[in-house]
This record gives sequence, C-alpha cells and structure tokens, in this order.
Amino acid sequence: MKLKILTASALGAALSLCTLAGQAAAVPDNAELWKIIQQQAQEIEALKRQQQHTDQKAVAADEKAEAAVTAVEETGSTGGNWADRTRVGGYAEVHYNNLDGSGGASDQKEVDLHRFVLFLGHEFTDDIRFYSELEVEHGIASHEDEDPGEVEVEQAYLEFDLNDRHMARAGVVLLPVGILNETHEPTTFYGVERNPVEHDIIPATWWAGGAGLSGQVAPGWSYDVLLHEGLMTSAADGYLPREGRQKTGEAAADDLAATARLRWTGMPGTEIAGTIQYQSDITQGMDPNAGNAILYEAHAQIERGPFGLRALYARWDLDGSGPAAMGADEQAGFYIEPSWKPVSNIGVFARYNQWDNAAGDNTGSENTQWDFGVNYWPHEDVVIKADYQMQDNDNGEEQDGFNLGVGLQF
Amino acid sequence: MTRLCILLVLLSSAGPLPADDAYQSPEDFLNEVFNGKVPDARVLWLNDSIRETSSAIMGHPYPGLRIRYRVDGERSAWILEETGKEKPITVGLAINSQGIEHIRVLAFRESRGWEVRYPFFTDQFHGARLHGDYSLDRDIDGISGATLSVRALKKLARLALYLHSVVMAEHDTPAQK
Repeated sequence: MKLKILTASALGAALSLCTLAGQAAAVPDNAELWKIIQQQAQEIEALKRQQQHTDQKAVAADEKAEAAVTAVEETGSTGGNWADRTRVGGYAEVHYNNLDGSGGASDQKEVDLHRFVLFLGHEFTDDIRFYSELEVEHGIASHEDEDPGEVEVEQAYLEFDLNDRHMARAGVVLLPVGILNETHEPTTFYGVERNPVEHDIIPATWWAGGAGLSGQVAPGWSYDVLLHEGLMTSAADGYLPREGRQKTGEAAADDLAATARLRWTGMPGTEIAGTIQYQSDITQGMDPNAGNAILYEAHAQIERGPFGLRALYARWDLDGSGPAAMGADEQAGFYIEPSWKPVSNIGVFARYNQWDNAAGDNTGSENTQWDFGVNYWPHEDVVIKADYQMQDNDNGEEQDGFNLGVGLQF
Repeated sequence: MTRLCILLVLLSSAGPLPADDAYQSPEDFLNEVFNGKVPDARVLWLNDSIRETSSAIMGHPYPGLRIRYRVDGERSAWILEETGKEKPITVGLAINSQGIEHIRVLAFRESRGWEVRYPFFTDQFHGARLHGDYSLDRDIDGISGATLSVRALKKLARLALYLHSVVMAEHDTPAQK
C-alpha cells in the first residue's frame, strides 16, 4: 500500500516538473519583448494618428457648419444688396360718415377710402437715403369731374447725414408743424377724421418742395429749419391757407417761405414743440392788397401710463388790406384732447376744437366742435374707430353725427 | 440761401458728441456689464420652442439660427437688433435675477425716434421683468413721433428677459445641457 502511494507521488512530481519546464520554454527573451514593445508602440502611434485625423475632420466639420450657419444668417440679415436697402410700407383708412346737416349744411352720409398710401424708401449709402410717399385720396382719381379723388406725392426727398446729430434734406417734405402733419398714420391718433384745427388752420397734410436741416442740439432737444415753396392764396379763396397749398406742382416760387421748429422730448411720453413760419407774400405777388404771412404754432403731447393729453394752438397773421377786409388777417384755432386707455388696446377720448379762419373782424365766424369716441387696436398696426361729433358754428351751418373707421399701417 | 449754406457747413463740421451722447460699442457695453471681466461668448440655438416664443414676442421670427450671449452666474448680456421704422436698432441688454439691469442703444440708424437712445427714456426699463404672458410688468411711456422705435425697444427688452429665463433654466437643469 505504501509502495502504491510512493509511486503515485513520484508520478505527480514528475508531471509537475514537466509542466514547469514547458512554461519556462514559452517566456520570451529580451529581444522578443523589445519587438513586442515596438509593435505596440507602432500600433499606439497609428491609433494616435487616426485620432488626430478624426479630430481634424471634426474641426473641419465644425468650421463648415459654422460657415454654413453664418451664410444662412447673413442671407436673412440686413446686408448691402439692393433689396436690403429698399423699404416698402404704407397705411390706409376707410371711413363711414353719418352726419346730419343743419342751418344750410348738407348731410354727409358716405363711405370713403379716405387715404391709401404707399411708402418707398431706398438707402444709397449709410449716409444718403431717399424717402417717398404716394397717396391716393378718396379711392379714385381720374379726369372725370365727378371723381373726388387725388393722386399726390406727399414726400419725395433725399436725406444726407452730416454727422451723428445733424442731417440735411432736399425735395418734397412734410413741413415740421403741428402734431398730425408728420405723424398721421390712422393708428396714431384718436378720431375717425383728423381734427379740424389741423385741417383748416395748419393745414395738414402740408408738404412743400424745399431744403433744410434737422438735428439734435442736446439730449431731448431737436430743431428743424426749412426753406421751401410758399402758399399761394387769393381773395377768391378767402385767403385760406388750405386753399393756398401748391403741392409742388409747378409751384410758384416768387416768394419762398421759411419754417423753423424747436422740439423738446426730454421726458418719456412728453413732447413740447413750437413752429414759426414766415412768407413775404402769401399770394406770390398776385394780389397787391396782400402781403406777408406769419404762422405761429405750439403744441404739447403728454402720455402718462393710460392717460394722454394733446393740446395745440395755431395762428396766422396776414398782412395787407385784402385779408383785413375779410377778417382773414387773423386765423387761429386750438384743441385739447384728453384720452384714457382702460386696457392696453382700447382707448377713449374727448376733444374740444375751436377755430376761426376770419377772426380778424367782429363778424361771427367761429366754429366749435366736440368729439367723443373710442379706438380699438386688435393689433398694434390695426385700428377700429368710432366717434360722435357735435358742431356749434357761428354761421349756423353744422354737421352732427357719428363716424366709423378702420385703419392700418405696415 | 447763403446763410443756410453757412449753417450747413458749420453743422457738418460740428465737433464730437458729448461723452453722455455718444454711442457705446458692444465691447464697451460688455465690459461695463461685467466690470471688465467679460466671459466667453456662448450660443443659444433657436430651437422650435424658443423660435415660437420669440416670434410671438417680436411679431416675427427673430433672424438667424442662434443668438450669442454672455453669462456669468445670474447675469446674462445680450446684443439684439430690431427694425424700427426702416432700419435696425442695435441694443445691448443685461439681465439679472432682478430683471433688466442695463439697457443701452448701441446703434440707431433711423431719421426719427432718436430719443430712445437717451437715459431719460431707457431708465424706464430698469428692473423690468416679464409677466407670464411675456409682457413687461410696467408701462413704458413712449416718445411722440417715435412709436416704432419705442415699440422696437420694448420688444427687445421682452425678448432678452425671455432668453435670459431660457438660459437660466438650462443652467438649473443639467440633464438639458
């Protein structure tokens, strides 16, 4: 039994020795190890190169993507091509008047595309630009006498930036006077029709061919000076300024007019401005009994939260015996218009207007008008309006009733 | 006419603007906002959600595919553009947890409405925040005759406040990074 055990142990030991001998034969020598290390180093180097290449491709892909995004963004941004430098806009207003006439005044019950206006502007360089406004009034204009409308170029001027604060203009421009003459898109004022003081005294919309300067003299302070075609009124028209607008259509330029405005907007929601205009002969030399004319105008606009207030006074002094004989040597008017917005897109207003185009004598020629109404803006560039007007005129001719309107700008 | 020409020449040669009247460069604006330590620019891609909300605020899609901004903690700074009547107005806005911290018109190219560049107007925005419907939490009194310029600044103020909220939400939600 012992012999069997010893024999088995000897066999086990012999097998173990054989196994160890086999393992000792598989261990590489230094040369083989060096070879293995070199191979591995080459593989690592190859992997590095591959990684580097992948990184370079990724960077290149990023750069391409960046370039593509930039190109797309630049395509959609303001650039230097013709289309980017050209702007189109406009506004329109349609009115329904339901007014009852009395004292000799006629009824006015009509629907009217009162104004349809297209703006077109182009920027030649960063400092030179063109701006124009083409208007069709009352829907249709033709050679037929019964067609009530007009086609008018109310603005067509070049503007040159002289520096950051001053610019020069030349061409057909809106005169810097009153509240509505320069800013009269329907969404910007209360009432279906524009107020009568800025219609009959100022007279808006009032444009003229000329040249002048505008600019800022201090934070909140700005000025405009303009030399331009003057009015050309006549005794037959009662020396009314509105009838004297020449609209830059072969306008007589024997007596030019000069207009200057100083404006303060140094507090949010507040504007106070004054304009003076002088013309040496308001009939362009056609009436020996007429002479020079001076217009004085001052206004204030205040907005405080939901409350607003507009007030304006304008007065003409006309020289000469002709205007004096008709009482037209003094023509003046004013209005005051408080307003309130109970919510941001609905506003209500009241306006008292008083004006007289023959205030220079003692005959009764004064007109007064009350307006009450509401504006509703379903969109910031769209307005729906309704108002009621009541007139009380010295001559007894009055129109009372309501007006409805829709307006837009774009 | 001669006097007019003389006046024109005098005005065209008028000296530089007073310091408080000059436009600030975007770099100077950022330096002012971050006290000279301007963080690197980051990019906010205008995904569908952001594009939809920004369109609702602006009334049109904001141009481009992304907006660059700077952020440092709770403060972010944005340089944005919106057209007034005809030309783009460039505005720098800095927002922090208290609302609008800085707003500065960096470039104004319109003929009218330049009053919006002055502190007497922009100061109204300081501290303004957004309501849930992305409207400002206060009335901003306008400038007579500058309706469109005022409207542009109000829109940009709302947009910057909204974008700030998006960026802060992303920072607070790592999984969305």
